Parts: sequence; structure tokens; C-alpha cells
Amino acid sequence: MTRLAWADTMDETLQRYGRRPEYLLQMLIHLQGAENWLPPAALTALAGALGLPRARVEGVAGFYSFLHTRPVGQYRVLFSDNIIDRMAGSQAMMARLCRNLWLSPGQCSEDGLASVDFTSCTGLGDQGPPLLVNGYAIGRLDDARIDAVCELIRQRRPLAEWPPGLFHVDDNIRRRDALLAAQLRPGQALQAALAIGRAGWMAQMTASRLRGRGGAGFTTAVKWQACRDAPGAEKVVVCNADEGEPGTFKDRVLLNTCADLVFEGMTLAAWAVGAQRGFVYLRGEYRSLLPALEATLARRRAEGWLGRAIGGVAGFDFDIEIHLGAGAYVCGEETALLESLEGKRGTPRIRPPFPVTHGYLGRPTVVNNVETLAKCCLIAVHGGAAFAATGTAQSAGTKLLSVSGDCARPGVYEFPFGVTIGQVLEACGAQDTIAVQVGGAAGITLAPYEFGRRVAFEDVPTAGAFMVFDSSRDMFDVAHNFVRFFAHESCGFCTPCRVGTAMLADTLDKLAEGKGSPADLIEIEDLDRVLKQASHCGLGSAAPNPVLDGLQKFRPAFERRLMHADFSPAFDLDGALRRARQMTGRDDAGAHLPQQAEPPR
Amino acid sequence: MNAPRKLRIATVSLAGCFGCHMSLLDIDEQVFALLERVEFDRSPLTDIKHCGPCDIGLVEGGVCNSENVHVLREFRAECKTLVALGACAVNGGLPAQRNHIDVGRCLSAVFQSRPGMDTAEVPDDPELPLPLDKVHPIHEVVRVDYFLPGCPPSGEAIWQFLSDLLAGRTPRVASPLLHFD
Repeated sequence: MTRLAWADTMDETLQRYGRRPEYLLQMLIHLQGAENWLPPAALTALAGALGLPRARVEGVAGFYSFLHTRPVGQYRVLFSDNIIDRMAGSQAMMARLCRNLWLSPGQCSEDGLASVDFTSCTGLGDQGPPLLVNGYAIGRLDDARIDAVCELIRQRRPLAEWPPGLFHVDDNIRRRDALLAAQLRPGQALQAALAIGRAGWMAQMTASRLRGRGGAGFTTAVKWQACRDAPGAEKVVVCNADEGEPGTFKDRVLLNTCADLVFEGMTLAAWAVGAQRGFVYLRGEYRSLLPALEATLARRRAEGWLGRAIGGVAGFDFDIEIHLGAGAYVCGEETALLESLEGKRGTPRIRPPFPVTHGYLGRPTVVNNVETLAKCCLIAVHGGAAFAATGTAQSAGTKLLSVSGDCARPGVYEFPFGVTIGQVLEACGAQDTIAVQVGGAAGITLAPYEFGRRVAFEDVPTAGAFMVFDSSRDMFDVAHNFVRFFAHESCGFCTPCRVGTAMLADTLDKLAEGKGSPADLIEIEDLDRVLKQASHCGLGSAAPNPVLDGLQKFRPAFERRLMHADFSPAFDLDGALRRARQMTGRDDAGAHLPQQAEPPR
Repeated sequence: MNAPRKLRIATVSLAGCFGCHMSLLDIDEQVFALLERVEFDRSPLTDIKHCGPCDIGLVEGGVCNSENVHVLREFRAECKTLVALGACAVNGGLPAQRNHIDVGRCLSAVFQSRPGMDTAEVPDDPELPLPLDKVHPIHEVVRVDYFLPGCPPSGEAIWQFLSDLLAGRTPRVASPLLHFD
């Protein structure tokens, strides 16, 4: 019976994706829908059908957090574990759910009904604490909503029958500027760009000085030109909607409220570089957006803004398909994203070559952030010069900020580049702020003496996360949470990151337990150096940032956790002899060990 | 001109096989150069039982029992610079392969259920150190200044490491001398 469940889905999966190995990840996601997990026999059958080694298929299945190679509950509940969600009470919510359902975190209930665990930030920091149930987000958890979820699980009600109100996600747009206030008709930007011709459109992009909104800030027009000029007829445009940086959610809001602008931006990029294929790589946490996005794509095809001869221009053929991610932060890194898009594990590639010459399946590929692509529409309609006239000298235009944490009005704020940290804090109603984490876990921790600094590539660059902490918070807990996040999300490919992030997390665990010593702070600094210098990609080199900033700006929060000793083991020394005492029946002085060394003679 | 003071070195093998000490002897005729610069305190080479104040302590082997803890702490207290020498001191090495087995089951298998044993009892003499439930690398018990991996590190690697240390240079053993096996 259960065997049949995946076997039926297998035929449908193979048919739908045409036995193409680059769709392996999508096939696994689809196949998992049958039984909530991927039985070994299903992996074997899929490998056989695709002519791939079994290890390759299992390697992919084992890489992604949302794919399961062991049985999980019929209802899989994942609590978002960003520090902001913890501050909003996620741990108490999880404890309540576990108590209600007689569950322990990380274990499947004996009847197979439910399993509960933590997951990395789900992008609902402005309306937390949130959870995902079988991939669908429920925000604003409180006791009543948790009890309601438990009741629905106990009744084994299919997710489709749960009250839609539970899944309602607010956009919480608090400040609109050029982008969020724009009222563009679908196709308006494309018509403008088509009217001035390919070269004219590229010239407008160059004049706009638009820089990538994903964090790195590379000049978009330069990227597009490189892709356009790269050898190879088949070019690709990819929209990076894998918004995994803890504390950011502005791309979710853009995709929910202005998907047309995003798709139109992709089409504008395709027009500039001569691409025929486009992909949106949508993080698995946002799969609830998928039906509406597919509907928008269908409408745009019907309206002639996607497909063949777009806007009546012969030879301008372009279409977009959406790929789902499956819970891997590292896939937000563009080369890891491309690997994932090709159906592989999300291991970052070595650059060069860069995606603009060797991207998706080795083809010249433009990878742009959701917000970057949406901004292209403004440039097409109003011109590059108008866009360049706003913002700062090196950062043209506006920036969407995802504001969360200790403030009265969390949500999305669109500000011109150059806005100060203090101005944003005032706008969101933050009081008694001791720190702001800008740019997410990989970003920078700012102390009050820096609140005059500006959001701009030349000062405080950011992909959009803006997490606010007031004086009730302990900045050690913040760094600790971020370091555990990196240890969890390390892709495992390179040793400095795989081992270094785990050792860093262990050392902070030791401090958190009050067993730290000055030697551990030195160890932390050594680990930070190794991670920064030797990691394969940005994940490893960014992993020490919260600790480095914490040690520099909030050192007492770390120091107060030290024992006044040269060194103390993290494990219980005397406890380590307990088993041997038991076996020998001894309890003499020699059968015990003090946790601390005697003071030197 | 006074000759520079000789540095004092102590060495010990905890949960190790003395392979690293054999490798130390493998520096061959460099031993003479070494002895011009150093004198040995506690070491299997001197049979001194307790470590006095030293400049350098070389520790081979991980920490598998209570005596290892005491000896290691004595080294840390007496040595200005403490070095984890070889795979077992650095990572626990071969002895740490028992870490996934309950130490009670180990003792029972060896002393209680092994055929040919005279008495089926786990020895309880207070003279015997009790085994820890797991074997630990030495840096999990005391602060360690330098690590030289290898099973064992070659005589050449040890000589380069010691030469650096004696000359006041931060030790830097690079590939191909540096290896973990």
C-alpha cells in the first residue's frame, strides 16, 4: 500500500520532469510529497530511471534539510530558530506543542503522527514566532494558535482543510518609496525598454549605476554586459529568491505584492543579454507563494510578456520556470544556487570562472536578487539618470530593509540609500536600543556609537536584514545563536568551515555553560582567523563575524561567562570516572578528580 | 660572554605508544646539537619521576585515565610552553577508538568474561588509576600552546619544530613535513 504511494508518484514525477538529471532536486521534492519522506527503494528506483549512480541521488537527498531519507511524522512541524524568533518566545511555543502532543524535539511520535524540530530563519521575523508545518508557514504563534494546530494534528485533518486564517502572512509594508509606491502596468517597463532597443536599454542600465541588492553590490549593468558578450548562444537569467539570511524577509513581500515587477525585471535582463530561459530559485520556506507566482507567470504568458516574440519583437523569446529550494542557506550563494538548480548538492563553485561566462549547465548566466530585478523596471520607465539621481554617490536608488526585533513597528521599510541607522530606528519605533544587526548573521553588529552610520555600500552594506536589540538582550546570546546557525548550515564541503564552525559553536556552548576561561577566548580568535582565511566560500568566512563584532563591541557579555581559571575542561572530569568507580566499587580519594587543577606550587 | 642558559625540556607519554618518543630519537646525530641547547627534566630518557620548572613540555598521547590528568596538570603547571606531540595528544588517536564503547563494558569484557582469567573481578587496587569514560585529546583538559600532528611526526618534523622553538621562532611545520597520519 505505502509502496504504491511513491511508485505512483514516481511515474508522474518522471513524466513531469522528463527524466532530465538537472531536475533531480525538483523530482525529489515532488516524490517526497507521496509519503513525506524518501524511502531507500524510491531513491534506488529514481537513480535507475535517470541512469544516475545511486550515491548521487542519495547525496542530493541527504544534503537538503527539507528532504528526508528517514521517516518523519505525517505532520512535520519546524520552529524557526533565528534569535528574533527566540526573543518572541519560540522555545516556549515549541515546549507547549511538544507537551500537547506528547513529543520530544527531533523525534517522531510513535504512531508516526508528528515530529517537531527547529529550522533556520523562515523569513517571518516581523510576525513571529513562526513555524512551518509540512512546508507551510504559520506566524504570530501564541498559546491559542499552538493549541489549534495541535488539535488539527490530533484530528489528522489534511493541511488543505486547515482554516486559511492560520496561514495568513502579513506584508507589513511600513514605508514606501520609489519601488513600493510605483504603480506600473504589467508590460509597461518592457514596452519602454523595447522601444529604445537592446543597446539603448543597456545604456540606461549603465547610467542608472544600479548595484546588486543581494548584499555584494556588484554593478548590475557590468554583470549583464559580461553575460551578453560571453561566448555561447544559450543564455540564462536566474532570479535568486533564496532569501535565507536570518532576519530578512523583504523578498517574500516583493514576491507577494509585486511579482510582476520581478518577472518583468527578469524579462528586461533577458532582453539585454539575449537569454531564452529564466529561472526563479524560490527558497523552500516560501513555497506557499508558489501557486500565486505560477498564476502570474501564466497570465503574463497570456498577455504576451513571456513566451515567443515578446512585445511583438520577432526573436525575443523568453520564459521563466520556478525551482524550489529545500532548506539550504548556502544555496543563496550564487554558484551553490546554480549547482542546486542543476539538481546537485548545493556546494559553492570555485570562481573564476564566474556565472556570467559559465553558469547554469555551463552557459552564460546572470544571477540577480529579487529586489535588483524589480528595480530594473523603474529604470526602464523613468530612465537611468533619474534612478542614479537618488541615494548616495556609490549607492544609487532605494533599499528595502526587513526590520524585526525590539521595535514597535516591524516590517518592510523602503528608504533611499544613505539613511542612517538612527533614522531607521526612529521610524520603526525602537527604544533603548543597544545593538542593531545589519545584513543578517553574516553582517555587522552595530553599537549605539555607530547609529549615525549610513545604509550604503560605502558604509554599512546590507542585503536587507535589520534586527534590533534593546537593553533587555544579552549580545552573547545573539552571537551564540548566529554561530550555531552557521554550524548547522555549513555545506560540509571544506574542512575549515565544516570543522571550524562546529568548534566555534562548541566553544560558545562551553562559555554559555559558564565553563569558559581566558584560553577559550584565544581559541575563539584562532578559529575566527582560520574560518576567515581558509574557507572555500563566504559562508565560512562570514561565520565568525558575529563573534568578532561581539568580542569587540560587547566583550563584557563574553567575559562575564569566564571562570577565573587558566583553563577548565568543558566536560565533567569527575563524572568521567563514575562508570569506572561503579565497575571497581572504589570511592577512595584516588578515584576522584577535581574539575580545576590545584594552584601551581 | 656567558653561554646562553640551557633550556629545560620535559617529555611524557600518556595514552600513547611511545612512538613519538621513538621519533624524537630519530633525529639521529641532531641529538648532539639538541643536548648543547637543552637539558632534560622528567622524561622516559631520564627516569626523573616528577616534572620541575621547565621551558618546554612535550606530551605524547591522549588522556585516558585519572593519572594522565594529574601528570598532564603537573606538566601544565611547570612548563612555560606545552606541546601536544603526535596524533593521540592532538586528537585522541587510536586509544580514542574505544570512545563509542561503554567503558564498563570494556572492563567487563577484559576482566570478567574473558576466558582464561584466574579471577573474574575488575581490579580495584587504589594504586591503579581509573579509566575515564572517554579518551580526550590533551587540549580538552589543559590549555595547550602548540600542536604537532602526525602518527608519529617524523624526526625531521620534530627537529624543525624544536629548532624553531629553541630559536624563539613561532614553530611552523609546513607541507610535506606536516601530515596527520
